[in-house]
Amino acid sequence: MTNTSFLFRLIDVRSVWRTVGAETFRDIALVCFADAIVGATFGAITVSGGLPVWVPVSMSLLIFAGGAQFAAAGVMLAGGSAAAAIAAGLVLNSRLVPYGFAVADALGGKWWARLAGAHVMTDESVAFALRQSDHARRRAAFWVCGAGLFVVWNLAVVAGTTAARYVGNTDAIGLDAVFPAVLLALVMPALADRATRQAAVAGAVLAVALTPVLPPGLPVLIALAGLALALRRPTGLHPDRSMSAETNESREETNARRGDEAAAAPVAEANAARATEPG
Amino acid sequence: MRALVIAILAIGTYAFRLTGPLLRHRVRIPDRLERLASTAAAVLLVALAATAALTQGHAFAGWARPAGVLAGGILAARRAPFPVVVVAAAATTALLRLAGVG
Repeated sequence: MTNTSFLFRLIDVRSVWRTVGAETFRDIALVCFADAIVGATFGAITVSGGLPVWVPVSMSLLIFAGGAQFAAAGVMLAGGSAAAAIAAGLVLNSRLVPYGFAVADALGGKWWARLAGAHVMTDESVAFALRQSDHARRRAAFWVCGAGLFVVWNLAVVAGTTAARYVGNTDAIGLDAVFPAVLLALVMPALADRATRQAAVAGAVLAVALTPVLPPGLPVLIALAGLALALRRPTGLHPDRSMSAETNESREETNARRGDEAAAAPVAEANAARATEPG
Repeated sequence: MRALVIAILAIGTYAFRLTGPLLRHRVRIPDRLERLASTAAAVLLVALAATAALTQGHAFAGWARPAGVLAGGILAARRAPFPVVVVAAAATTALLRLAGVG
């Protein structure tokens, strides 16, 4: 294959369109649009909060995971320690490990495809990939969503940092309420599961109660103690399955029978359901 | 310090992402660990939302912000489209501040 024909294949939109299908293409575009709003908010909030432009921009390019970016930037803005910012971001991103096992075959066989594909692995690209019926579609959906989001997310963040300079006081237009609301929207599907909800509420109460007395960033990490509530009950289920009519027993059996792929699917779906952050 | 935080987060996140594609044929992660990871992410996000909504530094953030977050949260729970959640949260807080609520 010559370089020219390779390039042509890369940008042959019609062939990708046919593989992915119009409906999936439209859904991916909608998700990109929603994520653009979140990205712009991230850029605006971080810059208006006092961080230099290179911080949100480099985070978006290099970390490319909305939840972790908001978390780490939040700790930085509050004046928290580096360790707290890193710990919060890494705990949030640990879910990418199971995603990687689930979509490994969708990245492509070439070493460079695996290296590049891994970087555009997000809640959304994983969810779209796992929803496809065959390998070709799975691979196309993963790449269209992953690469599309990467471009849209980074452009939106840059746009947000620019917009912040013109808006001036972002608190006056209520932007400070957007960040926590975005987080709630992100986490809402996972809260359908009772054990997760209890753990989260307990953790949040603990974090708010400790905020007046602890250094910034630390209360949120201590909230993880709420996990003890979820651990007490070993039946911790996938978020979206708790909405189904299945009994706990049958769900456990289903879980046991399924492979990595099927097990990660509901988690990615739940995380991406709100069509929000990358990663 | 900021550059260091970003560098470590970037490397760590990429390592997480690459684990599956590299080790898929050799190891399998237990279901239980996988669920723990997603529950931990949910706990962290809710705690982050709660502290960001209610506190500023070490003190209470005032009523306008949590009211906006509540409005956005209720809409999110009712499965409102994402842009609606964002606009409702910001508008509620902005209007309350305009009306003189802190």
